[in-house]
Amino acid sequence: MSTTTLLLLTLAGGAGSALRYAAGRALDRGWHVGTLLVNLVGSALLGGLSAAASPTLVAVLGVGLCGGLTTYSAFAVQSVEQGPRRGAAYVVVTIAGCLCAAAAGWLVASAA
Amino acid sequence: MSALPLRWGLLAAAAGGALGTLARGALAEALPPSATGGFPWTVLVVNVTGSVLLASLALLAAARARPWLAVFLGTGVCGGFTTMSTASVDTVRLLHDGRLLAGAAYAGGTLAGALLGVWLLLRLAGRRQRRVADEGGDL
Repeated sequence: MSTTTLLLLTLAGGAGSALRYAAGRALDRGWHVGTLLVNLVGSALLGGLSAAASPTLVAVLGVGLCGGLTTYSAFAVQSVEQGPRRGAAYVVVTIAGCLCAAAAGWLVASAA
Repeated sequence: MSALPLRWGLLAAAAGGALGTLARGALAEALPPSATGGFPWTVLVVNVTGSVLLASLALLAAARARPWLAVFLGTGVCGGFTTMSTASVDTVRLLHDGRLLAGAAYAGGTLAGALLGVWLLLRLAGRRQRRVADEGGDL
């Protein structure tokens, strides 16, 4: 990976993380709708990029932007903090949703 | 967190997120799945480690006292370091390649490791908080 690519990847990760912060701040109330939303969108986008984009684009927009936009750490902490019932529902919706989103993004980009 | 003005929150999240993403990007570049036996170990370890680190912020008095630091380290560094998108796409990739057991082990292993690590950390933090409160001290 070139230095330019690494720099762009880093900047994209910062932008993705700021977007995630804004989404969480605006939408995470009782349920973590904002975190769920960025995880779904980022997974779909990375699925699409993985199927169709160049390695450099995957590094910057995939590893950088999508990686910064999505989060596993907040998902894990929120799942545990919500307790067994709500936590389990949150886990199932997030994991199943993100897998479906990634597969859908991949399929759409492969077909296009 | 809401006491923090939006622009400072965005700045802290962006700065921390850039650092976390850089660390993950460098690790993923140095140790791609092809270098770790065809299984995406690097991102699995990154996601479990980052989740435990985020939970451990509950033990850090400095982060509890300063909202911008909590956003920088938590939302930024830990959030940028970990990734749901790569975890999802790598799982789909393994399943697509017909490696059903590896896909299930990857998704299940990441989830179990992260949840168990966070649960243990938060229990530890809760116990410490109670002990300090019993002794009548401040955290």
